[in-house]
Amino acid sequence: MSTARTRLAVALAGTAVAALALAGCASSDPLSGDSTDSGSTTDASTIVIGSQAYYSNEIIAEIYAQALEGAGFTVERNFNIGQRDVYIPSLEDGSIDLFPEYTGNLLQFFDPSTTATTSDDVYAALQDALPDGLTVLDQSPATDQDSYNVTAAFAEENGLTSIADLAGIDGLVLGGAPELEERPYGPTGLKDVYGVDVSFQATADTTVDELVAGNIQVANVYSADPRIKTDDLVTLEDPKGLFLASNVVPVVNADIADEIADVINAVSAALTPEGLVALNVESTVDQRSSADIAKDWLADNGLS
Amino acid sequence: MSWVADNLDLIWGLTLDHLRQSAIAIVAGFVLSVPLGWLAFRYTPLRGTVLTVIGLLYTIPSFALFALLTLFGIPYQSELNLVVALTIYAVAIMTRSVTDGLASVDADTRSAAIAVGFGAWRRFWTVDFPLAGPVVLAGLRVTAMSTISLATVGALIGVQNLGYLFTNGSQRRIIAEVFAGVVAVVVIAIVIDLVLMLAGRALMPWTRRNAPLSRARLRAVTA
Amino acid sequence: MNLLAEAFAWIFSPDRLTGALPLPTAIAQHLAYTFGSVAIAAVIAVPIGWLIGHTGKGREVAVFLSGAARALPALGLVVLLYLLFGVSLKTEAAVAAFVVLAIPSILAGAYAGIEAIDRSVIDAGRAVGMTEWQILFRVEVPLGLSLLIGGFRSATLQVVATVTIGAYIGVGGLGYYILQGIPLRDFAEILGASIVVVVLALVLDGLFALLARFAVPRTAGPRRRSARRAPGSVSVPQFSH
Repeated sequence: MSTARTRLAVALAGTAVAALALAGCASSDPLSGDSTDSGSTTDASTIVIGSQAYYSNEIIAEIYAQALEGAGFTVERNFNIGQRDVYIPSLEDGSIDLFPEYTGNLLQFFDPSTTATTSDDVYAALQDALPDGLTVLDQSPATDQDSYNVTAAFAEENGLTSIADLAGIDGLVLGGAPELEERPYGPTGLKDVYGVDVSFQATADTTVDELVAGNIQVANVYSADPRIKTDDLVTLEDPKGLFLASNVVPVVNADIADEIADVINAVSAALTPEGLVALNVESTVDQRSSADIAKDWLADNGLS
Repeated sequence: MSWVADNLDLIWGLTLDHLRQSAIAIVAGFVLSVPLGWLAFRYTPLRGTVLTVIGLLYTIPSFALFALLTLFGIPYQSELNLVVALTIYAVAIMTRSVTDGLASVDADTRSAAIAVGFGAWRRFWTVDFPLAGPVVLAGLRVTAMSTISLATVGALIGVQNLGYLFTNGSQRRIIAEVFAGVVAVVVIAIVIDLVLMLAGRALMPWTRRNAPLSRARLRAVTA
Repeated sequence: MNLLAEAFAWIFSPDRLTGALPLPTAIAQHLAYTFGSVAIAAVIAVPIGWLIGHTGKGREVAVFLSGAARALPALGLVVLLYLLFGVSLKTEAAVAAFVVLAIPSILAGAYAGIEAIDRSVIDAGRAVGMTEWQILFRVEVPLGLSLLIGGFRSATLQVVATVTIGAYIGVGGLGYYILQGIPLRDFAEILGASIVVVVLALVLDGLFALLARFAVPRTAGPRRRSARRAPGSVSVPQFSH
């Protein structure tokens, strides 16, 4: 009788040991880490860098990481966190130190009723809107903002150069991420600001495919998406400022801002709009990893 | 598949995370389901209700369960949320197996144990539970595979595991990445299933002879 | 609990009847995908399952394949099939994913149902002179019905849950609100849509429980005891939400 019991005990003990061992192995993985851990155990000289669950943002974060490592800092990566609800509090309490963000979207997060639209206005408004404990370094010329696009063929057919030209066209279907329906620059914004009537279809990651296939006529595509070039899309101009300008900007915990400002500001200055698109091309078309892309970019720009 | 060759560390790191999250949920689920299953077994009038209610937990889709758990103060996008949800699903599947397993123990054997003078605690651990083993193990194998495959949904609530390969691959449109993720999950599930099966053979040598499949075991496997 | 109240307010708000995806439409889509996928899976899995159960051949292969298929992660399968089929066929890609996930349960229900039958009953059928087809349809299928229905029940519940993930590639269904609510930080929306999915799942589960009760063939004697146990007990569900 005791044999069965001993075996059971051994099995349970073995499982427990295995689970703990896995926990030990896994926590040394650079991509892991629960971002809701407040009060991280890393020492003061380690910079923790986070990123959104967006491959382009991850590349920029990796560039920051390698730039700082090149300058002698110790860096811990905590990528692919997801939503602002999660990482903004982590930034505020110091468990994350640095995060690549986008001025316009971040401003809307803190101040949904903002009226700033141009790049400089947005940046200034953002500096005011940030809570104490957070600050932003210099913004980059590179942008990655929402924009309305149509296929080149559709633009030619209807003589479209700006969003205003869409008014009066019937049966327009707008595609984008599901939350676009509720955004101020979504269907309601189109109606109010430009008098354009659209019905909405949530297309999420399939947006560009749907646009190219003709299932939707207008699509919200991020301005740094390489498919705008490769799929021959036309970005409609936005003279009335429906969209906020959204430049790439590093958000930092105020305590360490001065330490890393020089390194990161140099990176931001070197990142151009075309440069960002090129990075995205390397990731999607060439399928290179963020680490490789970042290494080469830093070398090419003399920043490694 | 050059993408796979270039990104082996990424896949490996994510696999370890995935295994860790799944293992915690499977073990916790198993540990919790034993007393629950025993309760359902012991108090026969309660059995139907308890098992149905617990089984219904499984019908809650993962997104929904993540959202419901926030009502208990668990942050929506956290590994804790994922592991707690996976544990709940594991309990939902395992409890019935434990109950069925205990019910499948031959009444005569149990009577013999009582006659020989075993107390309730000793009887449970040395007679009932080991003999319930095959059914419990069948349920555990199903639970393990279920948990490992379910864990991938964590990617949509920002938890890092093999599910990352799906969302990232979907954004970058790299089919090899998504395919690698699917294969990795299936392979891990099969490996763990094999490990459990071998562990079962080692721990329960009396089952090595091909016993006819009891209806209880069939039920556990049908699920 | 305030959040719970908000969630219910969200469900019953008149706004739910307008907008890009009215709630009734989403529910209808969700159910259509569920029933459609289970039906297609049934057409594939039931005959094969019956064949395996009746002839006893191919069982190990079936068990292994359906075990492996169970391990398939729903999200991965949906994304993979979408990338392979392309955007014009995204509905087909989603349905294909749901079908693949539904097959294991139905297959197992079909062959396990037949395997659980006492061999002497089948021998009796042969002794009486029934042909193989008669044995299959007059003896094995009716007696195996309760486990088969159990398989359908598991498959349906699994697909109901998986259809929420289909929204990731934009095919509609109740997952739309959840994927919308996450970036908007609208917990009332996430929770509200989740509650609707759970209610749907519970209703379907209840329907199957009723169906199982009626599926028990009326035979006399000892068979009654095992038959009575069958309906309520076969609810160990399938997985991969």
